[in-house]
Order: sequence, then C-alpha cells, then structure tokens
Amino acid sequence: MTVDGTSKTMLWTFRISTVVLCLWVLVPIYFLLTNTLSSPEEVVAFPKRVWPSFNLESISFFLTFSGVGAAMWNSVLVASVTMVLSIAAGAPAGYALSRFDFKGKSFYRVLILMTRAFPLPLLALPLAVLYIRIGLDDTILGLALLHTMLALPFAVLITFSLFSGIPVELEEAAWTLGCNRFQAFRKVILPLVLPGITASAIFAFVISWNEVFGAAVLTIENRTLPAFLLQGLDQAPLHLKFAGGAVLVIPALIFIFMVRKYLFAMWGIANR
Amino acid sequence: MAEIKIKSVAKRFGKVEALKSIDLTIADQEFLVLLGASGCGKTTLLRIVAGLETASEGEIWIGDKRVDQLPPRDRGIAMVFQNYAVFPHLTVFENIAFGLRMAKVDQATIEKRVSKTAELMHIEALLKRYSGQLSGGQRQRVAVARALAMEPEVLLMDEPLSNLDALLRMEMRAELKSVLAESKTTTIYVTHDQVEAMSMADRIAIMNKGEIVQASDAVDIYRNPAHRFVGSFIGNPPMNFLPAKPRSEDTWSVAGVKLSGPNHNAAASASSVEFAIRPEDLIPVSEASEDAFTAQVRVIEPLGSHVLASCMVDDQLFRVVVDSDKSLQQGDTLYVKPMYDRMRWFDSSTERSL
Repeated sequence: MTVDGTSKTMLWTFRISTVVLCLWVLVPIYFLLTNTLSSPEEVVAFPKRVWPSFNLESISFFLTFSGVGAAMWNSVLVASVTMVLSIAAGAPAGYALSRFDFKGKSFYRVLILMTRAFPLPLLALPLAVLYIRIGLDDTILGLALLHTMLALPFAVLITFSLFSGIPVELEEAAWTLGCNRFQAFRKVILPLVLPGITASAIFAFVISWNEVFGAAVLTIENRTLPAFLLQGLDQAPLHLKFAGGAVLVIPALIFIFMVRKYLFAMWGIANR
Repeated sequence: MAEIKIKSVAKRFGKVEALKSIDLTIADQEFLVLLGASGCGKTTLLRIVAGLETASEGEIWIGDKRVDQLPPRDRGIAMVFQNYAVFPHLTVFENIAFGLRMAKVDQATIEKRVSKTAELMHIEALLKRYSGQLSGGQRQRVAVARALAMEPEVLLMDEPLSNLDALLRMEMRAELKSVLAESKTTTIYVTHDQVEAMSMADRIAIMNKGEIVQASDAVDIYRNPAHRFVGSFIGNPPMNFLPAKPRSEDTWSVAGVKLSGPNHNAAASASSVEFAIRPEDLIPVSEASEDAFTAQVRVIEPLGSHVLASCMVDDQLFRVVVDSDKSLQQGDTLYVKPMYDRMRWFDSSTERSL
C-alpha cells in the first residue's frame, strides 16, 4: 500500500514536472508564432484568439524593413564562416582526443569546456579594442572568430564522441589493406562520421546565428540579425518585434531538431 | 608465402615489460599458433609483426625484407581482427575488394578475385549486403575473405573465432584450417583456446609473461612440456605436480612413493624438484603398495567416457582420470601407479623440465 502510494506520487511528480517543463519552452514559442501570424491589430488586441488568423502582414513588413535583408545576409555569412572554422579546428581536435594518448588529456578536455565559463562581456570589450587595433573590427571574419571560440568546445566534444564510437580496428584494418593514415581516414572514418560532422557543423551555425552580445559589441555597420534587432527594433511596434523573433528562432529550432540525436550523444559522453 | 623471422623483439609500455626478447622463426607456409592466457603478450607480438605496434627492440623479417620500420601497408601482410572490423559503410563485395582497390588492381581482376574468395568462404550470396545485415559468423567469413583476397605473404589472425558461439566455432575451425592449408599462406594465429590451438596448428608457441616458453607441435607440447607453466596450462585437466625429495642417486621420494627420476648430479643445481604426471597416465591398482600413490577422493565428476576424480595426495590436489566402469565414491581411497614413461620432472626454481 505504502509502496504503491509512493510510486504513484513519484509518477505524478514526474508527469507534472514534464508538463511544466514542456510548457516553459512551448508557451513562449506558441505566442511568438501566433502573434507573428496575426495582423498588427490583433497583436495588440485583447482577448487573444487561440488560433492565429494567418495574416502575413507583420512578417512581410518585417522582411521588407530597411536593413533586415542585409543583417540576415550578414548572419548567414558569419554563421557559415563559424561553421567552417569550428569544424576545421574542432574535428581534428576531437579525433586526436579519441585516438591518441597524451599527457594531460583529461585536463585538456576540461579546459575546452572551461572556455565556455568565461563571461562574454568580460571578453568582448578587450576583444573589441584588439580588433580595432588590428583592423578586424566590424568585419564578418572578426565576428566569426569570436563565434568560433564559442562553438569550438561543442564541435570538439561532439566529434570526440563520434570518433570514439568508431572502433580503432576499422582504421587498423584499412592500414593493413594498403591505406596510409590519411587514406584510412578518408575512405573509412570520414564516411562513417559525416552525418555527425554535419550535425556538429549545424550546431555551430545555430550558436553563431543566435549570438547577440558579441555581435552587438564588435559590429556597427555590418550587424548580424540579432544585433540589428536588439538595436533597431527597440522602438519598433510590437508586431514587428514578434516577427523578428520568429525569424530568428524558427531556423534555429528546425536545425537543432534535425541534429538532436548527436547532441544527446555529446551530452552522454560529457556525463561520464 | 614467406618465412617470418622475429629477432629478439622486446616491448615495454612505460615500466611494464610486455615482451622480453622474443626469438621465433616461422617457416614458409607454416601455421603457427601463439597460445597463452590473456595478458601474456601474444596479441602485442602479433600487432608488432603487423606494424600496428612498434617494438622497443629487435627486428622483424618477412621473407628477406626487414619490415619493422615499415608501415603495415608495405609489409605484405593481411590481418583478421577479433571483432572482424568489417567496414559498415561498404557492401560485402566492396569490403573484400577494398585492399585490391587500394592496390589499384583492374576491375576484371577484382571481380574474379572477390568471387573466388567469396566462394571459398561460402558467402557468394551475401555480396550485396552490408555488415549490419550479417550474423557474427558471416561477418567473420567476410573478414577472412577480405584478408585472403589480398593474397598476402603472411596472414595474421587475432582470436578470430572467440566471438562465435561454441558450435559455430568448431565448424569454422575445421573450415579455416582447410582453407588456409589450400592457400599455403604463412599464418600466425593468436588464441587463448588450447583446443583451437592444438587442432589447427602445425606448431604452437606457448607464451607466458612476455616470453615464449615452448614452441613445438601439439603432441610434443602435451607430452613433453618444457616448462612447468606448459604442463599446468595445457590439458584439461592439467598435469598434477608433487614435490620430490632425493632418496638415492637417481631415485626420488614423491609423497612416500619411490620413483626413479633424473640423476641427482644432473639436478644438483636444482634446489628442489617437482614430479609431474598427467591425470590419465595413472593406473588404479587394487591395494596399497610401495609404488602406488594413496589418494583420498574428494570430488567425482562423471564425464561419460571417463570419470575425473579430484583427490588429495599428501595434502596436495591430485587429479586422476579413471574408466567410467569403476565405481567410485567421495571419501574412497584410491591407489594409483604412475606410467613410468609418462613421468616428468621439473626444477622448481627455474620451472624448466629436467
């Protein structure tokens, strides 16, 4: 009886917490979407309709708003460069971590995560000064470098778990069958990790796409979308803010949903 | 098709000495089995021959080429791994063809060789499948076919059957033996399974603690162990050992039984000597006598064709294999006489045979 009662309480606690956590995430997204798809009048009206009117006025106004197109293009550029740089640097590091034994390996792994412990404001201001000195300020590359620093720990840890999941014997078999190290990597390892690498790249893209503080500090003319919204939409009407939010959130959501399997894999490794 | 020479190869991992100066020559077309308990260094030695591990000292020769500085791809070897290492993103056909494609063999030859080896390993129906669609036994066949398709000078196998179930293992054992005999490839085969070793090998090299303690054919290893370890490792059940006390010039007293053994002078350096005999080389006699051991039966295991009796002689474990016709009970006293030509003697300080 008591055992049954305890397990029932546990079960309900579990169910209720699950529902609360889901609502925590889903309610803001719901409001974001319905308001984006409502006409400007409906956005400020009360009470709200449960189902939006699928009015595209707000979103089309937002997309034609001066500067939005350029900011979006900048975002795409910065995110793409971030993606390439973080994989170019992160995948070899992940490979090395999974295949080679060297002194201080576990410390190095912790160190990689520690880079995320630095508060960005602390870093962004000295970086801005440095960038101005060497002429990297207000450039796509400059911002992409900062974003790469943010995305790199994840790229390293995801690729580390990917490479660790591939038996060393596959590589060794390739060596005995006539491959050198590079050929074995290209012909055996790469095809097996490519989906995971893609996921890791997309994750880097999303990190850059969402990042606002560094973008706001390091760019003036070449603003990315989050920085542009932060600055430009401050005084904008409510329906434009919702549209801007949706344009930012939706691609990120879709991408993260696509690569969720690999992110779980990374966290599984990090928990060990 | 080449001779392999291993010349004073040693391997250290930090301070741990995994291999202590191994010398071994494997003749052309020979099937050599490296046998030993786990951690004895047998896989390390194989990997050094393959080039997946570097020796700390010594040389490896394949044919008349010194290979220990060469990468695996330049050694003329092929290897079968314990977990098969079949490439999961390639079909069985492409797996078998992998090495040939790397060697830039033309397509017609590749097709001919793949179908030939696939036929040999009875996997011609599986060529279009992926590794994930194969059973363990089938993957094993693919791994062997992939190695054989290279027509290597030397074939290295690292416990290739240990992941298969017992019945399949027995079947593959016989099949591998005939395939390899036909291919005439010099083979080094690593296993910890003594039945596998004895049934397949031309010659068995027994390893213990990083050393080869004996390298000979199966019967010789069984009958004439050169080292106490070999006697205690080979055979199921293994040899019995009892301490021996000198009595006169070439007679010894073993648990009160007078036996003629090695000359005392020959064994002079030996601080103490052990007597050894296999459990099946003991003949039960009806009553106590001066030349029969008195054994108290502790455990009886009827095994069909024979009965294994674990007894105590002089407070030491002593196993006797008796015919299953003989009725035995726990607590019985058994009198057994050793077969004189099957008695062996070991120096218990060096553990070498006398």
